[in-house]
Amino acid sequence: MSEKTANMKVVEGSYAVAHAVMCCRPDVISAYPITPQTHIVENLSQMVADGELDSEFLTVDSEFSALSVLVGSSAAGARSYSSTTSQGLALMYEVLYNVSGMRLPIVMNVANRALGAPLNIWNDQQDAIGARDVGWLQIYVEDVQEAVDATLQAYKIAEDAEIRTPIMVCMDGFVLTHVYEPVELLDKEKAREFLPAYQPANILDPAHPKTFGAFADPTTYTEFRYQQFEAQLKALDKIEKVAREFEETFGRYYGGLVDSYQAEDAEVVIVTMGSVIGTIKDAIDAMRSEGKKVGLLKVRSYRPFPVQALRKALKDASVIAVIEKDVSIGSEAGLVTDLKAAFYNSKIRTPIIGFTAGLGGRDITVKDIRKIVDKAETARKGIEFEFEFLNLRTEIL
Amino acid sequence: MEKSLLAPGHRACAGCAMPTTIRLVLDAAGPNTIVVSPTSCLEVTTTPFPESAWCVPWIHSLFENAAAVASGVEVMQKRKGLDTNVVIIGGDGSTFDIGMGSNSGMFERGHKILYVCYDNEAYMNTGVQRSGSTPFCAHTTTTPSGSQSQGNPRPKKDMPAIALAHKVPYVATASVAYPVDLRRKVKKALQVNGPSYIQVNAPCITGWTFEAGLMIELARLAVESGLWPLLEYEKGELVGVKKVRRPKLVEEYLKLQGRYKHLFKKAECADMRGQIQAMADANIAKYKLVD
Repeated sequence: MSEKTANMKVVEGSYAVAHAVMCCRPDVISAYPITPQTHIVENLSQMVADGELDSEFLTVDSEFSALSVLVGSSAAGARSYSSTTSQGLALMYEVLYNVSGMRLPIVMNVANRALGAPLNIWNDQQDAIGARDVGWLQIYVEDVQEAVDATLQAYKIAEDAEIRTPIMVCMDGFVLTHVYEPVELLDKEKAREFLPAYQPANILDPAHPKTFGAFADPTTYTEFRYQQFEAQLKALDKIEKVAREFEETFGRYYGGLVDSYQAEDAEVVIVTMGSVIGTIKDAIDAMRSEGKKVGLLKVRSYRPFPVQALRKALKDASVIAVIEKDVSIGSEAGLVTDLKAAFYNSKIRTPIIGFTAGLGGRDITVKDIRKIVDKAETARKGIEFEFEFLNLRTEIL
Repeated sequence: MEKSLLAPGHRACAGCAMPTTIRLVLDAAGPNTIVVSPTSCLEVTTTPFPESAWCVPWIHSLFENAAAVASGVEVMQKRKGLDTNVVIIGGDGSTFDIGMGSNSGMFERGHKILYVCYDNEAYMNTGVQRSGSTPFCAHTTTTPSGSQSQGNPRPKKDMPAIALAHKVPYVATASVAYPVDLRRKVKKALQVNGPSYIQVNAPCITGWTFEAGLMIELARLAVESGLWPLLEYEKGELVGVKKVRRPKLVEEYLKLQGRYKHLFKKAECADMRGQIQAMADANIAKYKLVD
């Protein structure tokens, strides 16, 4: 058994993430249970109950209060953690803006799930994509190991003095939260070295009274927003740097802002985020063996949106197909719209088509990926459609 | 008198009870205090960036989450081994209505937090709309008096009873017109090892419409008429009642305020005035306000 596999354990995704959170040593955890996030906070509660984790764990009356508690704790100097999904994230919406506006470096795992109505508890990414403009950084992970590692990286990025911006680590609900797979759990001591104690610049302290959450009129409000904007742009470098530092300590690297698979000589490039990447890689392997030049570009950082990295990575593609688990009703969808915008003022004139797929937990299969690639090859010759719902069941419409 | 912990130069209206209430609370609490406030006139008038009237650490997040924010502040003080006072100062809109879920959670979790509600009986910051605290027959911009309306059709929500139902160990009502009583109650509340709630009658010159200079007088009349009894509960037991020597008729209180002027213009409103008098009489009887 190699040294690497020796530390591997088969655990549930939620446990693995909770273990990672424990290794981040949050002072305060506040969360409200909601499927499919529940196992993460149950595991954390147990760790506190067993004395494995020295954190204040607050059980609260709603997701709204959960994140509000962290506004207070973070402003008082606490490394602060929460986790939620779907309706819970929607209920937090107002607080999300407050956390980023006050530059509180809170980390939250979002177990991505569909929003009602109709009620649906299964995975898609509508919840987090819908919150793309709230001023938080958003990292989307591919598998449980990446969820673990990104959670530790997230605090290092968020708490950086130049960034001071909250982060959502987005992981597909059920697909990643409830799966049992082999994971290398973080080593506590290595995690401590990688992520030292939180050193906030400003806290609520009677010895040095400061005002948090003031009222800003039109003469100053824009500059607050600009500073957040600037910090997110700085995070483009920071995310990459932290991913490399993580690699040095732990030996794993997923790309910082983006990652690719078989993309170098690919004619058809699929662009996506999250757990569907595993299926896409299988489909690519199969198609490559048939001689089709298909590749993958994974977007890891959705906010900040890595415009330059995407231009560089996709400049040689002949056609691009975006697959995403969200829809902007009345327009197209988040990722495809942002990608087109990123290319408009560049020299890249590659055809781009978008697919919304996997909504409300519907499976995306290897067969579906083949279908998308076929459609992309047609689009290469001339775009017939720009955006569509994949596998729409027209018989029940 | 020592320097106030709320600096002058804030933008509150002349004759507003809110800054006076804050100063009295901070006088009693002292500098080892962190204040959490929901959105209200308070935030808008005391913290126009880059200025702040607060000489203690102060945080505002949203309209409906002060109790949750304060919970986070309080657990972190305890974790650091600090005995800092954590005090929420908010208006009745956040306290009685939109922040109820968050307040209930904080009370139930038993945080060592003093919640002070400066109660001016409507949403004043947005222009005098009705709140759950607006009293019977008060004219507001969303419960206006009119040919078919005598103002707010419902009595005031009993917020102290809601706090008591959570077994909040110290609950009191107070008044900006009784500063010694208010300061004493704040000091007592801060000794409690758990949540405490003090609801302070705080007249709003714009919302209630009264002559400049009558703010304290009105707050005193509310107490002397029996409409605002000064009460104190410890562990659910009524332990303190401020006696009223010679109760005033509620009309003396009502007639000084624009929000009740319709009650004196229409003949049919005599009955409404009677109903308000009956509420005061019920308080006088229930709390034995008169010896």
